[in-house]
Amino acid sequence: MLYREAGQFRSSYAEDQQIFPIRQDRIGVALLLAVAFLVVPVVANQYWFAAILTPFLIFSLAALGLNILTGYAGQLSLGTAAFMAVGAFMAYNFELRFPNMPILASFALAGLCAAAVGIVFGLPSLRIKGFYLAVATLACQFFVLWMLQRFGWFTNYSSTGVITAGKIVILGYVFESAASKYLLTLAIVTALAIAAKNLMRSETGRAFMAVRDMDVAASVIGIPMMKTKLLAFAISSFYCGVAGALYAFCYLGTVEPEAFSLDLSFRILFMIIIGGVGSILGSFLGAAFITLLPIFLNLFFGWVSHLIGEEVQHAVLSNVEVIIFGGLIVFFLIVEPHGLARLWQIAKEKLRLWPFPH
Amino acid sequence: MNVAFFFEVLLGGLLAGVMYSLVAIGFVLIYKASGVFNFAQGAMVFFAALTFVSLVERGVNFWLALVVTLAVMVVLGIATEKVVLRPLVNQAPITLFMATIGLTFVLEGLSQLVWGSQPHGLELGIQDVPMEWLSRSAGINVSQFDIFAAFVAGMLVAVLALFFQYTRIGRALRAVADDHQAALAVGIPLKHIWAIVWAVAGFVALVAGLMWGARNGVQYALTFIALKALPVLILGGFESVLGAIIGGLIIGASEKLAEVFLPQMLNAPLSEFFGGAVNLQGIESWFAYVVALLFLLFRPQGLFGEKIIDRV
Amino acid sequence: MSAAQLQQHVRAQRIGEVILAVEGVSLAFGGVQALRDVSFDVREHEVRAIIGPNGAGKSSMLNVLNGVYHPQKGTIRLRGREFHDMDPHEAAAMGIARTFQNIALFKGMTVLDNVVTGRNLKMRCSFLEQALWLGRAKREELEHRRAAEEVIDFLEIQHIRKTPVGRLPYGLQKRVELGRALAAEPTLLLLDEPMAGMNLEEKQDMCRFILDVNDHYGTTIVLIEHDMGVVMDISDRVIVLDYGSKIADGVPEAVRSDQAVIDAYLGVSH
Repeated sequence: MLYREAGQFRSSYAEDQQIFPIRQDRIGVALLLAVAFLVVPVVANQYWFAAILTPFLIFSLAALGLNILTGYAGQLSLGTAAFMAVGAFMAYNFELRFPNMPILASFALAGLCAAAVGIVFGLPSLRIKGFYLAVATLACQFFVLWMLQRFGWFTNYSSTGVITAGKIVILGYVFESAASKYLLTLAIVTALAIAAKNLMRSETGRAFMAVRDMDVAASVIGIPMMKTKLLAFAISSFYCGVAGALYAFCYLGTVEPEAFSLDLSFRILFMIIIGGVGSILGSFLGAAFITLLPIFLNLFFGWVSHLIGEEVQHAVLSNVEVIIFGGLIVFFLIVEPHGLARLWQIAKEKLRLWPFPH
Repeated sequence: MNVAFFFEVLLGGLLAGVMYSLVAIGFVLIYKASGVFNFAQGAMVFFAALTFVSLVERGVNFWLALVVTLAVMVVLGIATEKVVLRPLVNQAPITLFMATIGLTFVLEGLSQLVWGSQPHGLELGIQDVPMEWLSRSAGINVSQFDIFAAFVAGMLVAVLALFFQYTRIGRALRAVADDHQAALAVGIPLKHIWAIVWAVAGFVALVAGLMWGARNGVQYALTFIALKALPVLILGGFESVLGAIIGGLIIGASEKLAEVFLPQMLNAPLSEFFGGAVNLQGIESWFAYVVALLFLLFRPQGLFGEKIIDRV
Repeated sequence: MSAAQLQQHVRAQRIGEVILAVEGVSLAFGGVQALRDVSFDVREHEVRAIIGPNGAGKSSMLNVLNGVYHPQKGTIRLRGREFHDMDPHEAAAMGIARTFQNIALFKGMTVLDNVVTGRNLKMRCSFLEQALWLGRAKREELEHRRAAEEVIDFLEIQHIRKTPVGRLPYGLQKRVELGRALAAEPTLLLLDEPMAGMNLEEKQDMCRFILDVNDHYGTTIVLIEHDMGVVMDISDRVIVLDYGSKIADGVPEAVRSDQAVIDAYLGVSH
C-alpha cells in the first residue's frame, strides 16, 4: 500500500539509471539524511556519538572499501586493517610535517598513500587468484604493521609507538566536540558512498564484476585485467585509508599500530559477509550490526546479571560476543549468503504487496 | 660468522618447520578429502591443547585426559562436518573458507569461555634444553624437545601413510579425495567418510596441540600458528602430506635464518642509507608470508600441486 | 528462381572482398597437433561455417582467430594487417567479437549489464569522471545504454533485461551472449556452436537472429556448427576440418557431396 510503484513510469534511460528509481526510496533516503545531518546532532548525547555513530560511519567506510575489492571485484583481501593503518599514520604525518596543509587534503593524501600500498600488494592478483590471494594480503597485513612498528619515522619516534592525532581545523572552525566530529565523518562518508555507488553502476563497476564472475571471458571481450584489478585495489585501499585517517582523528584520538591488527581485518570481513557482499547498502548494514551487537550484548548481560543477582564477568561477555560473531557468520553463509542487504530487498518486495500476502 | 652457529640456527629452523608441518598436515587431510580449506585448524589445535591441559590440571590422569580429549576432538570434528559443512556442500570454495573463519571464532570463544583464558604450561616429560652430546661434540645447541617433535611428526606421517595405504577406510578416503562422484558410484558412504576425515584431523590437531603447547605454553597466541601454516601449504601444495613436511622445513628454515641473520647483516647498511636507526628485528612476523607470496608468483600451484588450467 | 535461390542471389551480391586471410596455420599442444597447415579466406559480409567431426580442431581454429591460442606456424591477416601473436584484448580492439561453446557470461550481472559490457572498449571516461557522474560520464553511460537496448530489442530479450543471467534458461543465455558480442559492433563475429543444446524452436530463432545480424548489420560471421541442416541453410561458404587439416572448402552443396567429407563423417579409416 505504501510502497506501490504504480504510477511511477521511468520514461528515459536517465530515470532508469538513478540510484533510487522508486519515489518512496528517494523520500526515505532524503528523510534519513535529513535526520542524520540535522536532527541527530541536536538530539544525541556524547556517548552515542563517541561509541556508536562515529565508529559506525567509519567502519561502514572501511567495509565499503573492502566490499569494492572483495564483493564487486572478487579479490579476497585480509589486509583491510593494514590499509586503514597506512591512512591513519600517513594522515598524522602529513598533518605533523606540513602544518599549513588543510586537513581534508591530509586525509585525501593519506588515502592516496594507502592506494599506492594497495596497488603494490595487489600486483600478485595478476597471477594469483581466490584463496591464494588472501594469503598474499596477509603478507601485506603483517608487513605493514611491522613497518609501522619498526620504523620510528611513522610514529614520529614516539617511545611507546602511540600517536596522538592533531586537532581538526577547517577554515578556522575547530572540530572539537563529538558532535562536530560526527558531522564531519558523516559528510565525508556520504560523499564517498555516493562516489562508490556511481562507480559501481558505471563501466568501472561492471568491469569489476566481470573480473569477479569470469575473468578469462572478461579479458577476451576487451576488459583490461591488470588495470581493472589494480584499480580495484587502489580504490578499495583509498577508502580504507580515509577510514583509517578518520578512525585516528575523529574517533580514537590516539592510535598505535597494534590497533590495526588482523583481528580488525576479520571484523570488517565479517561486516561485509553479514551485510551483503557486492552491495553498498550491505556495507552499512553489516557495520551497523557489528557495531551495535556488543552494545546489545552488554545490555542483555546487564539484564541477566540483574536477574540472577550476580555479576557477569567481562571475560564471559567478550567470549560470548566472539562466539556469536562466528556463529552468525556461519548462519548467514548457510541461510542467506547475500546477507542483510538481500533480506532487506526481500522485505521491500513483501512491502510492495502489503497488506496483501501475495 | 661461526659455521657451527649457522648450522645451529638452520637446524633450529628446520625443526621449527616440522612443528608447522604438524599443523599443516591437518589442513591437508581435510582439503584432500573434502576440498574445504579449514581455517579453523589452528583453533582446533588450541582447543585440543587447552582441553587436555585443563583436564590434567584438574587432577585427571595424563593418559585418561588424552583419551577424553581425543574423544572430544572427534566429536567436535563430526559436529563441524554436520552443522557447518554439510549445509554448505555445493557452495563456492570461498564460501566454505569463510564459514571456517566463522568456525574459528566460535572455537576460540568457546575454548576460553569453558576453560578460561590464562596461559597454561604443558608438561610432556621432555625438556626444552640442548642435547648434551651434540653441544659438547659439535658445539651446536639443538633442543631435545625439537628433536622429539621431529620424531613425533615422523611417526604421525608414517601412521597416516600406513592408514591411507593399507586400511579399507584409508583407501576409501583416497577415493573420495580423488573424485566424489566416482566414490559415491562405487558405494562409498560419503558422509561417513567426511566425518572420519574430520575426526582424523581432530586427532592430528591434538598431536599438534600437545607439541605446540609443550613448547610455547597453551595460550591464545597458539591460534596464530594456523596462520603460519598457510605459507607452508602454499609451498607444499594443499593436497600433499609430503608437501606439508617439505614446505614446513623450507618455511621454518628460511624464517629462522632471516630472523637471526638479516638484522645482523642489514641493520647497519640500511641505517646508513635511511639516515636513521633501522632495526630489522621482528622480521619473522611477515617473512614467511612474503616467501610464500614470491613463490606463488612463480609457481601458483606450489611445489606439489597440479597446474590450474582455466578453460573458457 | 525460387525464393531461397533469390535470397541466396541477393546475399551473394553483397559479399565483398576478402577481409580475413588465414595462411598455413599450424597449432600444437604438447604432442597433440590441433591444426595442420590450414589456409582459407573469409569475405566481407559472408556467413562462413567451419564444420567437421569431433576433435577436428574447429574450436582451436576459432581460438586462434581471436588470439586465445598462438599458432606455431602461419599468419593471419585482418584487412591486410598481419598478426600472429595478438592477445584477445587486441583482437577485441580490432573488431573481432565471439561467443563461447560453454557460455562465458557474467552470471552475477543482469542481462542488460552483460550486454553493456560488450561495449567496454568504446567507453572513454576515466573512473574519476564516473565517480562524479557528471556531464560526460553520465552522457556516455546513457549513450551506451541506448546502444545496448537496441541490441536487446533486436534479439527480443527486453522482457528479461533486468534478470540476473544465472537464472535464465540455457537458450536465452546463448542469446544474451550473442547480444554481448553484437553490442561491440564487431566487424567479424565468431560463433562457437551457437546452437548447441537447443531444441528445434530455439535453433530456428537463433538462425533467424544470425541471418538478421548478417543482413541488418552486415557483420561477417564465422561459425562452428554441427547441425548440417543449419549449415546448409544459412552459410555462404563452408570449410571442413578433419584431424586438424582442411579437407574441403566451398559452397554448401559442393561440400555436402564431396567424397572426402562424407568419408570423414562416416569414419572411413585413413
